[in-house]
Amino acid sequence: MPVKSIMIVGVGGQGTLLASRILGEVLTSEGYDVKVSEVHGMSQRGGSVVTYVKYGDKVFSPIIEKGEADMILAFEQLEAARWISYLKPDGKLILNTQKIAPMTVVTGSAEYPDGIVDELKNSGADVTAFDVLSLAVKAGSAKAVNVVLIGAMAARTDIAKDAWLAAVKDNVPQKFLDLNLKAFEMGYTLTESEE
Amino acid sequence: MKRLFLGNEAVARGLYEAGCHVVSSYPGTPSTEITEFAAEYDEIYCEWAPNEKVAMEVAVGSSIAGARSFCGMKHVGLNVAADPLFTASYTGVNAGMVIVVADDPGMHSSQNEQDSRHYAKAAKVPMLEPSDSEECLRFTKTAFELSESYDTPVIVRLTTRIAHSRSLAETADRVNDGLRAYEKNPRKYVMMPAMARDRHIAVEERTLKLADWSEGKAVSDGINTVEYNSKKIGIISSGVCYQYSREALGDKASYLKLGCVYPLPVRLIKDFAAQCEKVYVIEELDDFLETHCKKNGIDVIGKESFTLLGEYSQSMIAKVILGDEKETLKINAAVPPRPPVLCAGCPHRGLFYTLKKQKVFVSGDIGCYTLGALQPLGMMDTCICMGASVSALHGRNKADGENAKKSVAVIGDSTFIHSGVTGLINIAYNNSNSVVIILDNSITGMTGHQQNPTTGYNIKGDPVAAVSLEKLAEAVGIKRVTVVDPYDLSRTEKAVKEALEADEPSVIISRRPCALLKYVKHNPPLKVDKDKCRSCKMCMKIGCPAISLDKNTKASIDFTQCVGCKVCKQLCRFDAITD
Repeated sequence: MPVKSIMIVGVGGQGTLLASRILGEVLTSEGYDVKVSEVHGMSQRGGSVVTYVKYGDKVFSPIIEKGEADMILAFEQLEAARWISYLKPDGKLILNTQKIAPMTVVTGSAEYPDGIVDELKNSGADVTAFDVLSLAVKAGSAKAVNVVLIGAMAARTDIAKDAWLAAVKDNVPQKFLDLNLKAFEMGYTLTESEE
Repeated sequence: MKRLFLGNEAVARGLYEAGCHVVSSYPGTPSTEITEFAAEYDEIYCEWAPNEKVAMEVAVGSSIAGARSFCGMKHVGLNVAADPLFTASYTGVNAGMVIVVADDPGMHSSQNEQDSRHYAKAAKVPMLEPSDSEECLRFTKTAFELSESYDTPVIVRLTTRIAHSRSLAETADRVNDGLRAYEKNPRKYVMMPAMARDRHIAVEERTLKLADWSEGKAVSDGINTVEYNSKKIGIISSGVCYQYSREALGDKASYLKLGCVYPLPVRLIKDFAAQCEKVYVIEELDDFLETHCKKNGIDVIGKESFTLLGEYSQSMIAKVILGDEKETLKINAAVPPRPPVLCAGCPHRGLFYTLKKQKVFVSGDIGCYTLGALQPLGMMDTCICMGASVSALHGRNKADGENAKKSVAVIGDSTFIHSGVTGLINIAYNNSNSVVIILDNSITGMTGHQQNPTTGYNIKGDPVAAVSLEKLAEAVGIKRVTVVDPYDLSRTEKAVKEALEADEPSVIISRRPCALLKYVKHNPPLKVDKDKCRSCKMCMKIGCPAISLDKNTKASIDFTQCVGCKVCKQLCRFDAITD
C-alpha cells in the first residue's frame, strides 16, 4: 500500500501526543510499517504542536510536508488554519472548533481571524467541524477532547472499531477508562447533523 | 516481536540488550527519554547527574571498573562533557562505553544548532548515526562491540527527528557477561605527559583500523549500506537525511548510507561515486561528509546546492534535485504565530512581573523561564548557556559597579546545580554586589520533569538527600539569602527591592513547585465579574495563557487552563477577579 499520512495539530497541553500514540498503536496492530514523529521540549509549553503519522508498506521520511497529508486532525481552529496547506487538495480535515488565543493575540500584537471554519470549507478540503470541547465536558472532562477526536477519526478510517478501542484501553489511565470510552463513542457516532 | 519504539526508547532497549550496567546522564531535549526509558530496566543502574561532565566521568569510571556504561546528552551538553571525552579517547575503555549526543537541527528546543559530528573527528572517537528506531537499537549494541574491540569510547549521534520519531524495531534478550576484571595499568589510565604521548600513538593507529572497519566489516554488518537503482543520481547521506532522500527520489537514485560517520571510508565512497553520473552529498548542518569526499578527490555536489541552516526534508530535496513542487491548499486568513508560553499557574510568572516593575536588567539562563523573555513580560536581556546567567552578571557588575543596583540573574534549580553554583562562588570570592535569583520549582521543568539533586528524589523516585539551596549559598559566602513564594507579589517585590539596594551579594530563592507536577493541588478556576471589570488590561500584563479579552473587551478566564494561582487577582484594582 502506498504511504498514507495523518497530521495531528493543536496547542501544547491539549493531549495531541496521546492521540498520536493511540493512532500509532492501531496502525501497528493492523500490520503496517509506521512512523510517528513528535516534537517534545520547548514548543510543548502552550505553543503550536504538530505530530506526523505515516503508514503503508514501507515508510521512509518521518515527517509530512505541504500537500502531503491525507487527513488532518485539528484540536483548535487557528492551528487548522496554520497547517491546512499540508493537506492534499482532496484530503480530510476533522476540526475541533474550540478557539485558544495565542499570546500574540492576548497581547494585542495580532488578531484572531474570524470565519476560519468557513474559509477552511471553501478551500476545497473535505471538512468535518464540530464543538469537541462541549462533547468532552459532556463525557466528563474537558481533557477528553483528544479521545473524542480519535473517535471521530476512527469512524472515518477503514480500521475496525475494536482495534481502536483496544488501543484506547492500553493508553489511558484505568481510573479514567469509562470516561474515555464514553468520549470515544461520542466522537465515533457523531454525524454531520450534530456539527 | 516488532513494536513501535521512540528513537530514544530504542537506544535504551539497545543498552538493555547490550548488557549495559551503568547509565549517568543530564536531561536535555532531544536526548532525555533515553535515560528515562533505561531507568525502567531494573538490570541497569541509572542516575541523573548534576551535569554532563559528571555524567561522562561516571561512565568513564564504570567502564574502567569493568561495566558497560553509557551517558546521553544533547549537543550543547557535549560541550560541557568535552573535557573528559578528549582524554577518555586516549585512555580507551575496559568494558564498553557509549555516548549518545542528540543534535537539534532547526533548534526545536535549543540555543544553537551545532553539528556534533566535529567532536568525533576532534576527539578521534568513532561515531555511528542511526536513521530510524531499528538502527537506534542495533547501532547501540554495535557501538558497545566496537568500543571493546577497538578500545575506545563510541559516540552514537542522533538528531531530533530520529530521537523523537517512533518506528518499528524488534527486540532480543539481554546479554549479561558480568563485569570485566580491572587490572591496574597506569600507562593506559593515568594521563600525564609521558603516558599520554604513548596513548596518542595508539589513538592514531586505532583511527586507521577503524577506517578499515568502516570500509569492510561495517558494510557486511549493515552499518554502511549501498542500494543501487538508477545510476543517473547518486546520494551519499546518513541519518534522517537518508530517509528524506530515499522518500524524495525513490528508485530515481542510488544510495550510499553511511551509518558510521567517523572515521569515514574512502574506497567505499569512491567506488559508489564512480558508478553514478551525478553525486550529491545530503547532510543537515555542516559539510562534514562533503569535506571528506572533496579532500579525497571525489567529485560531489553539496553545500553549493543545499543550505547550512536548519532541517532538511523530502520536498526540499525533491525541489533542488528534481525541480518538483507539490500543489497546496490555501485559505484567506492571516494566521498569527503561536510561540510557546509560560503555563497557566507557572510560578515564574509572578517573579518576572516583579522584575518588570523594577525595570531591571535580567541575565537569563536555560529552562522554562527563558520564556520570560517573550512578550508581554519581555524580561530577559541575555541567555547564552547553562549557568551563564550567574557568571555573566558578575562580569556585568565588574564592568560597571552601578549596574549592580539594577541587574539580576535568574536561574532554575537544576541549572543552578548544573553550573550556576560555580558562578555564585565567583561572585562571593571576587565580591561583586550581584543579585542572583534561583527559580526553584522543585523539578527540572523544560525537559519534562526530571528529578535533580535539589528535589530530594532520584530518577527512580526514591527519597534521597536533597541539596539545600539556602545552605549552599551561605556556605559559599553569601550572607543575604531570602526565600519567597512568587505567587505572593508584594513579598516578592519587597525581597527584590531590598536585595537590589543592599551593598553585598544576595541570593533570592523564588520557591514554588511547577504547576504541572502531579502532586501540586490546583485551586478551582477563577472567574471574572464582568460588571466590575473596567477593561484596564492589568491582568493581561502577566501573559497568562488562561486570560484573554472577550468580545465586549472584558477580561475572560479560560476554565480549562486556569489553576487558580491568583497572581492576576492581586493585580486587579477593581476586585473583578473572584474565586
